[in-house]
Amino acid sequence: MTENTARPAIHRLFRFQWEPAQQAHVLLYPEGMVKLNQSAGEILKRCDGARTVPEIVADLETAFNASGLAPEVEAFLEMADAQNWITWNTD
Amino acid sequence: MDTLLVPPDAMQRRPGPLWLLAEVTYRCPLHCAFCYNPVDFAQAGPELSTDDWLKVIREARALGAAQFGISGGEPLVRDDIEILVREARQLGFYTNLITSGVGLTEARLAALKDAGLDHIQLSFQDATREANDLITNTRTFDLKRKVAAMTKAAGYPTVINCVLHRTNIDHLDRIIEMAAEIGAEYLELANTQYHGWAFLNRQALMPSAAQLAEAEAVTERWKARLGKKMRILFVTPDYQTKKPKKCMNGWGEVFLSVTPDGLALPCHTARMLPGLEFPDVRDHSIDWIWHESPLFNRFRGTAWLPATCQSCEDKDKDHGGCRCQAFMLTGDPGATDPVCPKSPDHALIDAALAEAEKPGGARPLVFRDPKNSTRLGRAF
Ligand code: SF4
Ligand code: SF4
Repeated sequence: MTENTARPAIHRLFRFQWEPAQQAHVLLYPEGMVKLNQSAGEILKRCDGARTVPEIVADLETAFNASGLAPEVEAFLEMADAQNWITWNTD
Repeated sequence: MDTLLVPPDAMQRRPGPLWLLAEVTYRCPLHCAFCYNPVDFAQAGPELSTDDWLKVIREARALGAAQFGISGGEPLVRDDIEILVREARQLGFYTNLITSGVGLTEARLAALKDAGLDHIQLSFQDATREANDLITNTRTFDLKRKVAAMTKAAGYPTVINCVLHRTNIDHLDRIIEMAAEIGAEYLELANTQYHGWAFLNRQALMPSAAQLAEAEAVTERWKARLGKKMRILFVTPDYQTKKPKKCMNGWGEVFLSVTPDGLALPCHTARMLPGLEFPDVRDHSIDWIWHESPLFNRFRGTAWLPATCQSCEDKDKDHGGCRCQAFMLTGDPGATDPVCPKSPDHALIDAALAEAEKPGGARPLVFRDPKNSTRLGRAF
């Protein structure tokens, strides 16, 4: 599923946004809301359907001055996929 | 350090509502006998104006509400839904229209889409005056098919809600098949909750244990067959499972409902409860209603619970169950929900279930319409 060229995007059933009242990024969906922790929010913010997973990882590593984030990002995306939060652009 | 920036009283404040449900009208072209609206809806005051609703939307959003549901009645009988959706969406709400599909034309759908509507939930009514089940009521089915095709073409996933009861539950196999034919992504099969008209019709609507078991088996078979293609959610009836449920995730915790005539409620059926004053959104701010009003504080948390529940380890899980159910069955809105086996009134539930076991298919139904509403003139 997560070949290096696939580009994750937020599933159309969900809306990703910053919620001031929660001081957190959230995913809104019919009759529900998932409140995301900071790293989940930062990852999903970059799931714009244009960037590949390695690009997202590189971007996060630059932004947070960190390295070796790939396993964490991939594990999260796998979970997000299982929850239907994201879809994959492959063309 | 951060906490220094927060004013001290804000730290003690409970979170605001997450969910605003606007019941914009009691008018409805359909006559479902399982409708949860109050039986005496015909006596309700005049409907809120567009500006009244816009005020409610803005104030609820300012408190942090993120879900905006529009229902009724049939919301599409009002011509300002687009305006409400546009404002809500612009403020960051996730907007959800709950409709029977009656009145949803191409033009209307395009306008709603343009206003930013996020989601449509299509309800599958079938207990209409003309026919008591979906099978014979082909006109309804054709309408749903048309509406589903239209909303799908507009880019909305097809999400269908179907209320199950004694007179349609035996056709569940066909109902699920129809939903799959229509191309639904989600199907919610909700067993009737006995409120309003549904309570009035309880004897006619309650399925037998065997009917229910068969329905669950049918659902499991379809789930296995359809997998992720169409997700099916089977909402179990609390009478049969004997599991009390929290009022909308806890009275005054996440949910705020506003009636067509402007009363703010912690649960969409709460206006039947006696001895409470329901704040009018035209006279009070949503902030005051949520945080200060006696109504929203009346059954908040667990301190008010009766002795039966106070000593129970499950009290944080269910807060003693549904207040409306307690009231309708025992006359006391502060009683333990009788569906709980520990309730001193639980025999009432067993009696209703025993009644449902008596043979005889069709039992007379009272249909939801203004004439019956005026004639009966009571809440349930
Ligand atoms: S349940 Fe039926 S009668 Fe009641 S509001 Fe919905 S469509 Fe109308
Ligand atoms: S006794 Fe009260 S708290 Fe305990 S399970 Fe029953 S309803 Fe819930």
